[in-house]
Amino acid sequence: MRAYIIRRLLLIIPTFIGISMLTFALIQLAPGSPIALKLQGMDGAMQADAATQDIIEQTKALYGLDKPIPVQYGLWLGRLVRLDFGNSMKDQRPVMDKIGEALPVTLMFNLLSLFLVYLISIPVGVYSATHPGTKRDSALTVFLFILYSMPTFWVAMLLILFLGGGEYLDWFPIHGLQSGDATSLSWFARLLDRLWHMAMPLFCMTYGGLALLSRYMRAGMLDVLRQDYIRTARAYGFSERTVVWKYTMRNSLIAIVTLLGGLLPALIGGSIIIETIFSIPGMGRLAFEAVLSRDYPLIMGEVTIASLLTLAGLLLSDLLYVAVDPRIKLG
Amino acid sequence: MTETDLQTEKTSRRSLVWRQFKKNKPAMVGVALVLVLGLVALFAPFLAGDVPIVMRKDAKLYLLPNVITYGALQAENMYRNFDRWEPGPGEFAWRPPIPYSPLRQNLRERLEPPGREHWLGTDDRGRDVLSRIVWGTRISMSVGFIAVGIAVLIGIVLGALAGFYGGAVDALILRFIEIWICVPSFFLVITVMAFLEPSIVNIMVVIGLTGWPGIARLVRGEFLKQKQQEYAIAARASGLNDRRIIFRHLLPNALSPVFVSATFGVAGAILTESGLSFLGFGVPPPTASWGEILKQSQSYVDFAWWLVAFPGVAVFITVVSFNLVGDGLRDALDPRLRQ
Repeated sequence: MRAYIIRRLLLIIPTFIGISMLTFALIQLAPGSPIALKLQGMDGAMQADAATQDIIEQTKALYGLDKPIPVQYGLWLGRLVRLDFGNSMKDQRPVMDKIGEALPVTLMFNLLSLFLVYLISIPVGVYSATHPGTKRDSALTVFLFILYSMPTFWVAMLLILFLGGGEYLDWFPIHGLQSGDATSLSWFARLLDRLWHMAMPLFCMTYGGLALLSRYMRAGMLDVLRQDYIRTARAYGFSERTVVWKYTMRNSLIAIVTLLGGLLPALIGGSIIIETIFSIPGMGRLAFEAVLSRDYPLIMGEVTIASLLTLAGLLLSDLLYVAVDPRIKLG
Repeated sequence: MTETDLQTEKTSRRSLVWRQFKKNKPAMVGVALVLVLGLVALFAPFLAGDVPIVMRKDAKLYLLPNVITYGALQAENMYRNFDRWEPGPGEFAWRPPIPYSPLRQNLRERLEPPGREHWLGTDDRGRDVLSRIVWGTRISMSVGFIAVGIAVLIGIVLGALAGFYGGAVDALILRFIEIWICVPSFFLVITVMAFLEPSIVNIMVVIGLTGWPGIARLVRGEFLKQKQQEYAIAARASGLNDRRIIFRHLLPNALSPVFVSATFGVAGAILTESGLSFLGFGVPPPTASWGEILKQSQSYVDFAWWLVAFPGVAVFITVVSFNLVGDGLRDALDPRLRQ
């Protein structure tokens, strides 16, 4: 176990270096880099623009783009280790400050969403698998399949259209995280106000993962229910409840715990589309705005931070996997 | 076993999978829908547009001016003015059933709700929504298939190398996959799209470049399994070179999970493309794309339900069809479910 953990931790180093190289390659797209100039620089008007020239000078200075490639990479690695990505070009604030403000918002949404996904999908999957072939099971399966195939931005727009004011119902706010007068409210009213604002975006972030995980849970349960040890448990005369919840459910959890790793990148990067639609000041919208205004230091900071956090998350889910399933041999 | 025995074995496995697949009604519905979508994409100029399919003008018969550009018509600037042209005496024009170009703006007819003229309404520049959706099918289907093709190609090569050679090659490629998984792909796609010239080719390449790690992992896993099989050891013992063993012997047996994953991948790529267009990083305007119609609807979302509903339905149906086919394939290939 310990040997495995140490080896797994050591594997972070090459991946970290790899991420640094990949992001470094992205710098070469930055305005002012020789490659970017070659790609887009034939545009004479853009060159003459004083503001553009200013941006080019800034990025050149920030990443040392006039230095040889190995030196540039060294500079970038240094910034990465110190988590210093310079200042945003838009408002000259340090990139890390902006990310520090956006990350908690995204994490709040995604942890809540993840919690709801697991909270709902496990009982749904268990119910479906213990009633296979019944009408309710097939209805549930069809419903989950439809839910899983609905594009999130479409669902978001439909919700806004029909529930967010306009010509139809006005049930939920469609913008931001709190009402304008939120500061004057009591803490409880403020909490309700916050939840009210979060309802629609949270729904959009949750339903897809919910549908996917319920399907996996059902399949995993059916798989375990076929096993010999379940028949043995039944033969021992354990109640159906013990068989289902203690012996089957626990063993099928393994499959969906490993899925956590797959959900992580989206979790930290934030949903660019949903956050943009609902004006949520998280990582996703920050990324979108950075790309839209070609705020290069901010883009680089976002990509790098999101990648590094995902790296940490994947490590966590690998370790979790080992912890959940004692059958896994480590070697 | 003789050569012929092996041959029957192979065909029977394939037909077994097909028989299993055919029994799955939803999957067959999916196949039918995919075919319909493919036909719509292929025959878009015959379904929607203001250029006639057959026409007679100035005592000359033109066949298929909607796909062939005629010099004579070009000279009269007809291709820009087909919407205003009415055939005179002795002339005629047989137009597509949706006689509106996806690009022609008509500001007097902007934001019309669905009606008899425009079945699915018009957008904020007076363009026919149905026509734009029909032409958008082309973008979606071509991006879906080509992006996944690129991803599959990279995934197969890297996965096969990792699984076949193992050791240092495997370790290196596994690291590479992990790195690629860590970088948020949709963000990477919009970043690259923001700095490159926006074009459909760039979209296909960029989506393809982010989609391969899953496929590489599948192929690697299959190769690890297959290379232990007797036929693989036999192939190696008979002194075939590595390339032949990999591509002729192992790969065909390792492809089944790739098909399943690629089918879901097409749905995913189509979603990514419409998401990109929705954010404004997709195919450059005025080209019609489903995501781009939805993007427009953002400004009129308080009343223009037709701009939200219909392009979304198009994306939804497409994603459902590919997911149905993918589910069916997976079940048909799963020997545990076979009776």
